[in-house]
Amino acid sequence: MTGALRTPRGLTTALLLVLFAALPLLTQAFDQRYLLSIGTRIVIWSIAAVSLNMILGYGGLVSFGHAAFFGIGGYAVGILSASGVPDGWVQWPVAILAAAAWAALIGALSLRTRGVYFIMITLAFAQLVYYVAASLEVYGGDDGLNIGRSRFSGLIDLRDKASFYWLCFALLVATLWFCSRFAVSRFGFVLRGARSNDQRMTALGFPVFQYRLAALVISGAFGGLAGVLLANEGAYVSPAMMSWVKSGDLIVIVVLGGMGTLFGPVYGAIAFFVLEESLKPLMDLVHKGWGEYWQIVFGPMLVLVALYAKGGIDSLLGRRRHG
Amino acid sequence: MVEPLLSTHGLIKRFGGLLATDNVSIEVRPGEIHALIGPNGAGKTTLVAQLTGMLAPDSGTIHFAGRDVTRLPTHARVRLGLARSFQITSVLREFTALDNVALAVQAHRGHSFRFLADARADRGLRDAARQGLEAVGLGGRADTLASALSHGEQRQLEIAMALAGDPRLLLLDEPMAGMGAEESQRMVELLRGLKAKRGMLLIEHDMDAVFALADRITVLVYGRAIATGTPAEIRAHPEVRQAYLGEEAA
Repeated sequence: MTGALRTPRGLTTALLLVLFAALPLLTQAFDQRYLLSIGTRIVIWSIAAVSLNMILGYGGLVSFGHAAFFGIGGYAVGILSASGVPDGWVQWPVAILAAAAWAALIGALSLRTRGVYFIMITLAFAQLVYYVAASLEVYGGDDGLNIGRSRFSGLIDLRDKASFYWLCFALLVATLWFCSRFAVSRFGFVLRGARSNDQRMTALGFPVFQYRLAALVISGAFGGLAGVLLANEGAYVSPAMMSWVKSGDLIVIVVLGGMGTLFGPVYGAIAFFVLEESLKPLMDLVHKGWGEYWQIVFGPMLVLVALYAKGGIDSLLGRRRHG
Repeated sequence: MVEPLLSTHGLIKRFGGLLATDNVSIEVRPGEIHALIGPNGAGKTTLVAQLTGMLAPDSGTIHFAGRDVTRLPTHARVRLGLARSFQITSVLREFTALDNVALAVQAHRGHSFRFLADARADRGLRDAARQGLEAVGLGGRADTLASALSHGEQRQLEIAMALAGDPRLLLLDEPMAGMGAEESQRMVELLRGLKAKRGMLLIEHDMDAVFALADRITVLVYGRAIATGTPAEIRAHPEVRQAYLGEEAA
């Protein structure tokens, strides 16, 4: 453990985790409450990005419909809340199971295809969920739905921003812990082997389809968890949380941070939100109203990463041990 | 008569108007090296694809180890003991040699829906994998990435992976392809050493290797098995000389 701290990667990771853990204290001390809400969003999106990385990074499958898990997780909370079930003990498991079930359904169909077809099918399914949510007039349709935050028998008050942040952070740590085990487990080896050469894995005797399906279900479950948190963060759900743009943002975050690396998706989420929050005012400073177009600057930055830092931000921290 | 390990009966596969496999019936007996030879385009690869389950035949049956496996998916056939190597080297390039073989071992040790324990700390897998590497002469290259191995070493690694589950039949698709004379010779020795315990179907262009190793040879021309026999019989077969060996001599 002490040895890991001597590498740039270990040191950066440790500092980040400490900073994350202390964020509510820091924002309170410097009276920057707004930063805590950005921090909360970064943590929630990190969970979603880590979950996407399980299938995209370790599995090598470009799922372009990950925001659907966000949406299903969020809407499960929203609909239960609107139906008079405010209890998180019920809401959260239902939401996560719903996202996992959706993953099983789309996986059973989409994993029979490869490459571009897989991308298009996952996108098509996500759009389907999007339009279903937009047509649910009872639950606000396009405008979305204001909801009450989940209740946990008085154990934790999610309306308290610091408590909610710490809960999200604890869940991110748990997600990262699981992912770190998952990556080097027997299952992870099969999944990564199939990414490298699925024909070979089949010839070795692995039913690759089943392993990929399981990976997608796990990935979807954690994606659903992120959706649950997102719904609670804003006390609001809307179809916008599962638009294809969000799925694209998640892919960008994972690629930017480093596919198939443990902390890459977290670095990616930090970079994405910090750049968004800083480029907007910077560009507004240059010319009023330009802030809206921050992605004109962000886009070329992504191109540079794609061209010169293939392993994403994670690769800038030095070489990884293989395996 | 010994029951064959692998047998096909009237196997037919068409691609549009092309008859790639034309009523092929062959068998591989336990402990025998059965070579499959034929000019390019004779349908060797198509036949192998049907034997492994990558392609479904249009008609005919495939029996392996006493079972009809014609409709069985690839991974299930592997579980029954049908292992293969590929014509074009197929290893997991981003993994070390040891990881490659460990994964092959893992495929035969129950399911792999285990999510939490570190597979690299699993002594059962690692020790078996290490032995497998040593058996093919790669013991010193365990921690080298597969992509950094020489071509000949990658082919050896493939054999180690194919052997991991202690298969009853090895299906070797041009194991000598792209090898130098010395590497080929080493591979011939390796295969000869393996033959006592299992059947082998060897697809190979290197005639020296084929005649050195094979107990029986089947000649495939335009999808048809025109002859099966011992190396001496095949050498003397007029149709074979004309269709295949004759071309080389000319």
